[in-house]
Amino acid sequence: MNDAFGRPQSVVVLGGTSEIAGALVDLLVADRCRTLVLAGRDREALTAAAARARSGGAQRVETVVFDAADVAAAAAAVAESFAAAAEGVDLVVVALGLLSESPADASEPSRVVELITANFTWPAAAIGAAAERLRVQGGGRVVVLSSVAAVRARPANFIYGSAKAGLDRFALGLSEALRGSGVLVQVVRPGFVRTKMTRGLRPAPFAVGPEAVAAAVLRGLQRNEPVIWVPPVLRWSFVVLRLLPGPIWRRLAPK
Amino acid sequence: MAQLLRGWGRTAPSFGRLVRPEDAQALTELLATRPSDGPQGGQPAGGLIARGLGRSYGDAAQSGGGIVVDTAGFDSIGPVDPETGIVEVGSGVSLDELIARSLPLGWFVSVSPGTRWVTVGGAIAADVHGKNHHRDGGFCSHVTSLTLATPTGTRVVGPDTDAELFWATAGGMGLTGVITGATLRLTGVETSWMVVDTERFAVLDDLMAVMDASDASYRYSVAWVDFSPGHRGFGRAVLTRGDHATAGALGPARRERAVEVPHAPRLRVPVLAPRWLVNPATVRAFNEVIFRRSPRRRPGALQPLASFFHPLDVVADWNLLYGAPGFVQYQFVVGAAQAEAVHRTAAMLQAARVSCSLAVLKRFGPGDPGPLSFPMEGWTLALDFPAGQERLPALLDQLDQLVASVGGRVYLAKDARLSPELLAVMYPAVGKLADVRRRVDPDGLLGSDLTRRLGLSGAPRE
Repeated sequence: MNDAFGRPQSVVVLGGTSEIAGALVDLLVADRCRTLVLAGRDREALTAAAARARSGGAQRVETVVFDAADVAAAAAAVAESFAAAAEGVDLVVVALGLLSESPADASEPSRVVELITANFTWPAAAIGAAAERLRVQGGGRVVVLSSVAAVRARPANFIYGSAKAGLDRFALGLSEALRGSGVLVQVVRPGFVRTKMTRGLRPAPFAVGPEAVAAAVLRGLQRNEPVIWVPPVLRWSFVVLRLLPGPIWRRLAPK
Repeated sequence: MAQLLRGWGRTAPSFGRLVRPEDAQALTELLATRPSDGPQGGQPAGGLIARGLGRSYGDAAQSGGGIVVDTAGFDSIGPVDPETGIVEVGSGVSLDELIARSLPLGWFVSVSPGTRWVTVGGAIAADVHGKNHHRDGGFCSHVTSLTLATPTGTRVVGPDTDAELFWATAGGMGLTGVITGATLRLTGVETSWMVVDTERFAVLDDLMAVMDASDASYRYSVAWVDFSPGHRGFGRAVLTRGDHATAGALGPARRERAVEVPHAPRLRVPVLAPRWLVNPATVRAFNEVIFRRSPRRRPGALQPLASFFHPLDVVADWNLLYGAPGFVQYQFVVGAAQAEAVHRTAAMLQAARVSCSLAVLKRFGPGDPGPLSFPMEGWTLALDFPAGQERLPALLDQLDQLVASVGGRVYLAKDARLSPELLAVMYPAVGKLADVRRRVDPDGLLGSDLTRRLGLSGAPRE
């Protein structure tokens, strides 16, 4: 069960091999989480993440492999993850994503489809399926890793940003639709996060590590915040940044 | 009707099927229904749990995906025996209704918690205590029998008939069945007034010394302590102690209205307050007011019963003041020799700079045999906190460790965040409850969000 501070005992992570997911799992298993299901694309990386969770205090860790290119299989991956958790799920973390820093990707349809699928359609299908299961069990939470790029994308990452914008809007809309059901969908909008996905890129202002994102998620769970900005200062920064005229934004946003 | 249910602290809502059986037959049928596996196969359905007025602070009276039995239909109040004060009541009767009926006849509930808006069933399931615990024990010490609907049939039990099941039900948080009625022993009173001695203390040490020395000579005793953060008055306190006023103690003016039934709340919080309303500054101001309006020392003042026992009942829905994040209450008890744990708690609160909106200290007498019953002889401290505070979860986890390390425990009717590992340490007799449940609920149909969180529900294990 989730406790008064939104601390879960049983967690499913879709995209369980991401660095942000790893940092979050570290905090969750050090706290109340005892049952953990890690679902992801890479079996070996999942095994390593599972071992890390066990040594961190999880009593039962299961892994589920899925293919993020196969949207039709998203619901099955969710079903398998819930079955592996066995005793009800308190929190579903949706952390999968695929970054593109090359505007030229837009000219290649298969690459566009790949990016939009991994960042939007697959996660959206999975969130919908997971939220329905939580509704039937009487409550629970979904935390969706979005991005500030969903609010305003840099010229270099607009494909990623457009997919995250879709996912972000989907998650917030679903949360609204589920009001009164006991299911809460929360969106996390980190700024630049230093991970293997962003290695080699020039960090944007207010860059943070995955641990800072994880800590912010725990705070957001405690406070039931619908949108969790990391770091929090970005909430107010983006009030301005989203309205900046193009020429100024182009100068500010790192290529 | 399915609906979102939450505790008084409004922290962890869940969606369950709320059903109100109108009679014992309807309840029996409800207990005979087995939870299906759900539309998705293998998805565990929540358990069945009773709910009265929803005054448990945490997740004790809700069951996500399960069945929540509203006991309001069990609303009968029998005649009060004029010789013994024995009365038979339905479990859905509130203490407010019972007092309104019995007080004009010269009888008051033998144990009253800080609010009248709890049901008799809830008072038994949590084995609630009042300001007279050091003298008169807990609520269940004044229950002579109760009717319990279990998945294996309805039984009437008492301290002398199936004592094992009776005491497992006392404080058992609904894990042995749904209480439908009880026979209570009331306390005779001549008036609805209290004679109250009030005393203020600048520091916690002085307060505890006085409580230690002279609580035994008062029937009722409770202390408010100022643990609001960051000021010099941290740890100051107001002690109020008293007893029921006899008719002779009232002056001629008051004798006219010697027995007055407490009235319903005249104030109501109309909407959920914004989340900034309860903040360190308002918490400090609130506690400042409590301290300032209390006399330095005033013996023998007459006070209406309601304002002595149920000061917070003046405002209905006061829990809405905490806004969307809600609040948690942390109440623990430690042995009489562990007064140091109370001081350490104060030091930890001060160091963590966490906002504590309300703190209440009192002494308990010996506990009763219920394996999950909270009271035990010693000191009990209840602390209210706005739930959204970042440092609060870790602070309460540290307090758990402190309390468990000195053989103390936290109160499950208030709990919304204890871990299953520490529950077993704090309630070492919990195995006895499992023994009883093997008899009355072998399939593990009963349970709430709280019992699931604490690993107490499901089919009882060997």
